[in-house]
Amino acid sequence: MLTLFLIFYPVVAATLILMIGGERIKQVALVAALIELAIAGTALVSFKPDATSQFGFDYAWIGSLGIRFSGGIDGISILLVLLTGLLVPFIILSTFNRSYKQPATFYALMLYMQAALMGVFTARDGFLFYLFFEAALIPIYFLAAMWGGENRIPVTFKFFVYTIFGSLFMLVALVYLYYQTPATLTAPHSAAIADFYKLKLTPEAQNWLFWAFFIAFAIKMPVFPFHTWQPDTYVESPTPATMLLAGIMLKMGVYGLIRFILPIVPLGVEAWGKTAIILSVIGIVYGSIIAIRQRDMKRLIAYSSFSHVGLMAAGVFSQTETGMQGALVQMLAHGINVVGMFFVADVIFSRTNTRQLDQLGGITQSTPKLTVFFMIMLLGSVALPLTNGFVGEFLLLHGVFTYNHYLGLAAGFTIIFGAVYMLRLFQKSMFGPTTSRTDTFADLTSSESWVFIPLVVMVFWIGVYPNTFLKLTEPAVANLMKYIGTTAVSMK
Amino acid sequence: MLPIVLLSVFGIGLLFLGFMKSRAILLPATLLFLVVALAVNFIDWNKSYLYFNDMLRTNNLAMVFTAIILLSAFMVVALSSNFLNDESAQPAEYYAIILFSLVGAIMMVGFENLIMLFVGVEILSISMYVLTGSDKRNLRSNEAAMKYFLMGSFATGIMLFGMALLYGATGSFTIAGIASYAAHPQVGLSLLLYVGLLMLLIGLLFKVSAAPFHFWTPDVYDGAPTIFTAFMSTVVKTAGFAALFRLLSFSFGGVYTFWWTILAIITAITLVAGNITAVYQNSFKRMMAYSSISHAGYLLIGLASLGTNTKQAIVFYSLAYSVATIAAFGVLLLVAQQRSTQTITSEGVVTENFDSFNGLARQNPLLGIAMTVSMLSLAGIPLTAGFWGKFYMFSTAVERGQIWLLVVAVLMSAVGIYYYFRVIIAMYFRDGGNDPIQVAPFYRYVLVAATILTLGLGIAPGLLEGLF
Repeated sequence: MLTLFLIFYPVVAATLILMIGGERIKQVALVAALIELAIAGTALVSFKPDATSQFGFDYAWIGSLGIRFSGGIDGISILLVLLTGLLVPFIILSTFNRSYKQPATFYALMLYMQAALMGVFTARDGFLFYLFFEAALIPIYFLAAMWGGENRIPVTFKFFVYTIFGSLFMLVALVYLYYQTPATLTAPHSAAIADFYKLKLTPEAQNWLFWAFFIAFAIKMPVFPFHTWQPDTYVESPTPATMLLAGIMLKMGVYGLIRFILPIVPLGVEAWGKTAIILSVIGIVYGSIIAIRQRDMKRLIAYSSFSHVGLMAAGVFSQTETGMQGALVQMLAHGINVVGMFFVADVIFSRTNTRQLDQLGGITQSTPKLTVFFMIMLLGSVALPLTNGFVGEFLLLHGVFTYNHYLGLAAGFTIIFGAVYMLRLFQKSMFGPTTSRTDTFADLTSSESWVFIPLVVMVFWIGVYPNTFLKLTEPAVANLMKYIGTTAVSMK
Repeated sequence: MLPIVLLSVFGIGLLFLGFMKSRAILLPATLLFLVVALAVNFIDWNKSYLYFNDMLRTNNLAMVFTAIILLSAFMVVALSSNFLNDESAQPAEYYAIILFSLVGAIMMVGFENLIMLFVGVEILSISMYVLTGSDKRNLRSNEAAMKYFLMGSFATGIMLFGMALLYGATGSFTIAGIASYAAHPQVGLSLLLYVGLLMLLIGLLFKVSAAPFHFWTPDVYDGAPTIFTAFMSTVVKTAGFAALFRLLSFSFGGVYTFWWTILAIITAITLVAGNITAVYQNSFKRMMAYSSISHAGYLLIGLASLGTNTKQAIVFYSLAYSVATIAAFGVLLLVAQQRSTQTITSEGVVTENFDSFNGLARQNPLLGIAMTVSMLSLAGIPLTAGFWGKFYMFSTAVERGQIWLLVVAVLMSAVGIYYYFRVIIAMYFRDGGNDPIQVAPFYRYVLVAATILTLGLGIAPGLLEGLF
């Protein structure tokens, strides 16, 4: 029931916000999002770390077809539910110094988005998952296209069509799987994801199913070469929408890999996993190199995100327990870091009206607080030990390395390149002589600091004591490994 | 059966009401007649009767299709209030013709005998020819009516020829008689059966504007007064598909192997032709014409992979499509009337360009939302009824293993998003227009109801389950 509440409470809250409107709607939205965080926190605290699905709900939806409205939280979902609950209030808080036209619509769309994301991460029925997977696109599309930059209309449109196009393949795969589940005269087929796991699919079917799912998720993450929508969309979207996209939405793709591809089509992964890892590793290196050359802060962070998510995909496809654990922790960590980084870019843009690195510089001179917070977020992003990025990336690299030494080595460049482009970003923007745009730079306001403080706490918490989170996911990952393990044995 | 009788009587009654001085009574009277017809439609629920010397059958499926047709007609009529203000219009005649055409549509839904199918198709078609040309002083309307009439009668001719051949092959006009003849293809069936079936299919596929018999659609839809375009693209399509389904599932299930390949190819051509051409349109109304062709394609998927779920798929899809289409045309009507971005071409004044929707959502949030929801539904985006419609259709294809057809359909759905979203982009992200559009209260209720229905079926598609 708690899960149902997690999904529907934001819908109700958003609808109320639309109806109330008015000047102080920001505060209302923040309170609404904090309540959602409290619900997610309750779920986290009372979550029993085992492989079961908890706080579930299960209703007949299309009874005659055996499609159920069913959801719950298990070890795979829990961190993503936490991430979704955690980030949205701070994304809302990050807008407090900005004023957006039609604010009620703006915040309502964010909460609708949150509801859809919660739905994606908790759905236990394949079609329910698909429904939320697509539904999440609509609010983010409107957020990006109504409040975005100059070039927003074609860019967001490309994003929308591209991602829908990808997910349609997933729909085909889901319908196919649905018809593979056993049915009798009295009991129809089933679309429960757990029933999909039990299917014995032929290798040929698994091969094309692999690609149907992979294209959907690869576009969403994005993995090379399906990334062309991403940098433009991130840059043109208003920063809160970019935070939602990079912080939470791309995790839908990684989550999909873990939830669907690995356990349902293990033979497909066997056959094509290496291709997928190679594509991911290409993405890691390619994204990093492009990031090094960027002049626009937001674009640089966008490419860094592209590079990081490549590592997550590679880790998942390594089919190792460490790789999978790493991906789950890294999803949480990356969400926190990337939101922090985009917020830094937004703070700088709001004061200087530019994101071009060559027009910035010398900001540290007047901004001790920003400097410290920026540095911490940055260190998290470059995976310095004792920060959150390190735990995830270490586990991921370990997984990829176990799978194949050379690929592990190539993926390892992410840490070196990451340090290069991130430190370059910091150096160009914060150090050096001040420019005409930065010489009157004011330090963070208190509401801005309060966005960073919880994020920084999370950076160190995950970095110093990751066990809090790892132990939540461990039994579920071990359970998932069974589906991969059995087929690996049967292959031999 | 009762709806047929009542609607005929009501239609004649309406003509007499037209003699009265006040036109204001016509609209409520028509709506009342439709509600009465809708109510009596369900009298035979869960029973199956034959009427008129075994010419017509009522069963649950026929009643559900009739209900969809009457609901569509109700919504279209409810949006037609502007007739009453138009001096040159003759609303009594229009409404009477609409009611008469519904009689034809209901016959197509429940025919037991090919003669009845023919009569139904003719009643519906002739009414449509008249309504298409009802804007007498508009050149395009006249041209559309002429084209529709010439091509339509040609198609009907082919259909009639097909029926004659089928009679020659089977010795029967009843669908049961044909079914019993066609049930055993292994003994060798007369060639006339196959030729007859093909000709019959061509006639019906013409009516539902499937490619390559769709060339009349854009001109006719574009030229006809918008309100009748809405009527045509929903009622005729639903009735046509109900007839096709009845014919193919009941009579020709035995020779499935013969017609499914043909139908699958037609489906693919329809999907590609409809969707790709729609992308290049500048007029919203023309885009909707091609969109209706593409939706004929999606509906055909269910027929080309006829199976246990086809019935459900076609019912759901026609309902979702009709509601969304009527809402879209409803908004278009207001926009075309009240916004002044007219472009004058050699053919006359065109008021239905995508540009005329610019900035609409800001001035009329309600129209914006109604239009957005119906476009999302037509594009098949989740949380709208259109998604489940597509879902049911895709399921039938997978059930029959028609994967290649499914791939075409999926690619074309992605193309569809492109042109449906042009409207949304124009409404929300572009600037234009000054004064909000005036929306009459009743008009507003219809649009809100359509939006709620679309979203409701999108969230809880199981609601319709009891109908099967």
